[in-house]
Parts: sequence; structure tokens; C-alpha cells
Amino acid sequence: MKALRKILDSQAKHFEKGGKLEKLYPLWEAQDTFLYTPGETTKAPSHVRDNSDLKRIMITVVVSLAGCIAMAMYNTGLQTARAIAAGAEPLDNWQTNVLVNVLGLPIGDPTNVLALVVHGALYYVPVLVVTLAVGGNLEALFSIVRKHEINEGFLVTWMLFPLILPPTIPLWQVALGIAFGVVVGKEIFGGTGMNVLNPALTARAFLFFAYPAEISGDKVWISAETSVDGYSGATLLAQGAETGMDAIVGTVTWMDAFLGTIPGSMGETSALACLLGAVVLLLTRVASWRIMVAVTAGSFLTSALLNAIGSETNPLLNVPFHWHVVLGGWAFGMVFMATDPVSSAQTNRGRWIYGFLIGVLAILIRVVNPAYPEGMMLAILFVNVFASTIDHYVVKANIKRRKARYVAATV
Amino acid sequence: MLEHYLSLAIKAIFVENMALTFFLGMCSFLACSKKVETAVGLGAAVTFVLTVTVPANNLIYNYLLRDGALSWLGDNWAGYDLSFLRFLTFIGTIAAMVQIVEMILDRYLPGLYAALGVFLPLIAVNCAILGASLFMAERDYTLGESAVFGFSSGIGWLLAVVALASVRERLRYSNVPPGLRGLGITFILTGLIGIAFLAFSGIQL
Repeated sequence: MKALRKILDSQAKHFEKGGKLEKLYPLWEAQDTFLYTPGETTKAPSHVRDNSDLKRIMITVVVSLAGCIAMAMYNTGLQTARAIAAGAEPLDNWQTNVLVNVLGLPIGDPTNVLALVVHGALYYVPVLVVTLAVGGNLEALFSIVRKHEINEGFLVTWMLFPLILPPTIPLWQVALGIAFGVVVGKEIFGGTGMNVLNPALTARAFLFFAYPAEISGDKVWISAETSVDGYSGATLLAQGAETGMDAIVGTVTWMDAFLGTIPGSMGETSALACLLGAVVLLLTRVASWRIMVAVTAGSFLTSALLNAIGSETNPLLNVPFHWHVVLGGWAFGMVFMATDPVSSAQTNRGRWIYGFLIGVLAILIRVVNPAYPEGMMLAILFVNVFASTIDHYVVKANIKRRKARYVAATV
Repeated sequence: MLEHYLSLAIKAIFVENMALTFFLGMCSFLACSKKVETAVGLGAAVTFVLTVTVPANNLIYNYLLRDGALSWLGDNWAGYDLSFLRFLTFIGTIAAMVQIVEMILDRYLPGLYAALGVFLPLIAVNCAILGASLFMAERDYTLGESAVFGFSSGIGWLLAVVALASVRERLRYSNVPPGLRGLGITFILTGLIGIAFLAFSGIQL
């Protein structure tokens, strides 16, 4: 390890002020602080000493995503294999070719875990690589021109974004989406910590409204020709919107949905993996428990209310709470998106309101809006916009209360 | 009946938001959204003017302007169609209303009056307000419907301008590239908030 430190130190002079590669300082700095604790200390008051800095916090989020990433690969393979086992034709693309001809693994065998994970990885890894290549270069470019550091905030965006995409998404759209997310969602506000909306969600929403055919509907979730009779590639929420809760219960058990062996975006299907991530985030106190509790409460009350109203024509009104939380992106959104420390509310009381609104809106959009059977992403984005409004009024109420207390104490 | 009004209100506030779906009333939306307090004041003024002018214009349109509206004067008048005059008359009503609001604010809320400055008289030519009256004529709203529509369009606009204002207040801590500061980033923000409001597009009520 000493040798590595020496190499970094010996190269430092080229990147510091006056050096030959002064312009590229952010790149060197990113390497250095990624590997070692920064040697710099605060020069002006006030001094806060803490082991937890932005890098550690962001890395914790990445670690907490491990379960979702594993499920992303396994489940993408599993869904494809199940469809093929049921009679669908394998897609004629390089993924199939590499799996069968180069690696010699069976296609369409839902029991061969190795083949499933490899097949899923063949879809997941290219999306991840494109996200990193395009987003990372844009981030580096901005940090050099605007002279700020390369922040680990990007690492989280980079990990989150592929997980909320369907496996069959064209790679050029991944590139376009992450470019929009990084540049318009974050960099034009000054980089990590200064953005208004969650960059990963901004990217996803941009793709969702710009290219709806590739990111929603029945055909995109499973990478096989699913037009055969009797095999629907639609997500369970979309099926539920058409035929009601009975259809959902007919095809999968609640446990399947909880474990995540259902069609959906790559990393969001498993509520269990999200729950594990939530445990990590809450133990390390990176994410706000208030937001998570409030989202759950909001969703619970709304779905209970809608269940009580009931409906003959809209079957989604009858979906109970314990199904809502395991379907679609609810769990993933609550754990990793709603708790984003930058775009969420900053005051504790504000966090309660913020989370509660997300919970309510997510269920409402799912149930009431026939255009989008999945409401979590749009709900979070909508409440992100109002997070600063909520904060503004919470702070104002606090000032008013303290003023009144002061007056009462002095009279 | 109540349900009908409620769905009309939700539609006007969220689904077909004046500012973020039709992009009406942009001039004051962009110019008066630097501070939350000013935005709330302007939004309230717009809401008030909308609530009064849309039903007023509804009466004028239905009893004076539209094809055959004058038949209450006698059979000789039944053939007249004055609807080509609606731009002129609607703007006249709106301008009169804005004058009244201005006088009230000047008398009772001088702080807000000073903060709104030139944008208060400019409400008279705010496209959101004329737009709401024209939508009313186009969609054949009844008097009750147009009152609900005017009020909730105003609330929707208020919501949008307050959201934008609080985000812009927060931007003080951001590091926006110099070329984009001010109006540039505000345009982009309006687009991003518009994307967020798309969550409600497609709701059938």
C-alpha cells in the first residue's frame, strides 16, 4: 500500500497548481481520495470532525445496492429462461450468441443458476458500462471545465440508473438518458449536492417520455420473443390494471413478488433485496428513517382508503397494501430514490411531509392514472419539485414558533 | 354534481396545469418567481382575478356574444353572432378586474403591492387569464363550471409558481454556470418541473 501512496505523491506535482497537467487535477484528485483519506483539513472555522464524508456515504449506498444488482442479473436471466421454456423464441442477438455458442451454456433452462446469471449479466453489464462511459466522461469534462471535484454522487447515479431500466433497452438510449440526467439533472446546477431533482430519476423520466415504446408496455421486460400465446411479458401492475387482482394472484404468489422473480425493470423487482439495502442504509444512518416510515404510512393509508371505496370498473382500486409494496418500483423507490439526501426535504418535519406525499401519490398515480401503471418514479419526481417548498414553510413555522416562545418568556 | 366539479378542479390544477401544461402566463411566471412570498402574492392575485373574470366572461359570452345569445331581446336579435368580439370584451373585463384588485392591494397590502410592482397591471394581459376565459368559451362551461374552472386554474398556477420560486430560492446555494444564471436556468427548471407534472397527464376524469 505504501508503494501506491508513493506513486500518487510523486505524480502530485504534475497536477497541482503550476504543474503541466494542472487542468486534469480533478481526475487525479478523484483517484487519490478514492484510495486514501484526503490529507487536507478545513482551514477556516467551523471545524467538524467526522469519519463520514461524502465519499463514504455514497460508497455505503453503492454497497447497499449489492443485493439488487445480484438480483438484476439473476432475474433477467430467469425471466428469459422461463419465457423460452414456455415456448418463446430466443432473441437473435449477440447475447444469445455469446451464451450458447461461445460459452456453451444452455438457454431456456430456469434451473441452471450459472447460465441464468451469465445471461442476465450479458444484458446488465453493457448497460452499466455505457452508463459509466458516457456519464463518467461528462462528469469528468464538467469537473475539469468548472473546476470542481469529481464527486461520488455520480457513482450512485451510475449504479442506480441501470437498475431502473428494462433489460431490452437499446444502448444508445441508455447513453442519451444518462447524458440528460448528468448534464441537465445535475451538472448545470453545479454538481453533486446542488441539484433539484434526483439525476437517475430525471434520466429515467426523460427516456420514459421521449421513447415510451422502449421503456414501457408488454414487450420490453423479457428479452425473448414473447408474442407466443399464453405468455404475457407485461409487468404485474400492467396485468393487474387490465384484468384485476385475480390475474396477479393467478400467476405468481406474494412470495415470488417479494423475492423478485417477476418481470420488471432490472434491479427493482426484488423487495427483499431492497429491504436488505434499507437495513444497511438505516444502520449506517445514511438514509433518513423518517422518509421511509412516512412513505410506508402514506401508501398504507391511501391503499386502505382506496380498498374501502372499491370499484367494479378499475380493478387496481382493490389491490391491497401488502401487494402494492412488492410490485413494481415501490420498494426500490422508497429505499434508494426517495431518501436521496440532496433532492429530498432537508428538515426533519419536512421529511415526514415529503415522504407521506410520495407514498400517497405513488399509489394514486398507479391506481387512478391509466397511462402509467407504475407511479413510484413519477411520484418521487413530483414531490422532489416541492421539497424546497415544504422546507420553506417548515422553517418559517419554526421561526414563528420560536418567536412566540421568546415573546412569552420575556413578557 | 359535486363529483363533477371536483374532477373539473383536479383536472385544472394538476392534469392541465395552466403554467406547466399549456405554458400560459409565462412572463410573470418567470419574472416574479425569485422569492416565495412574492410568488404566493402574485399567485393569489391571479387566482382571485381568474375566479372573478371567468364567470363574468361566461355571463357576457352566453348572454351577449355567442351565436343567438341575444334572442332574449326579441326574435329580431336572434340571428346575431358577436363571438368575434370575445377577445376585446374578455380583455376589457379582465382589465377592469385587475384595476379593482390593484386598488384593494394598494389600500390593504402595500408591501405586496410594492413587491409585485409592474406585474400587477400586467396581469391584465397575462395569457393565463385570457386563456382561461377562452377555454371556458371553447368548452361551453356553465356558470358554475366556469367559476370552479377559474378558481382551480388559478390554484394550479399558484402551485406551479410557488414550486418554481422555492426551487429558485434554493438555487442560491447552487453553482450554476455563469452563462445560465438568471433566466436561463429558470427556463430549464420550468421544463424539469413540467416533466414532473407529466405524472398526472393521462388521468381520465
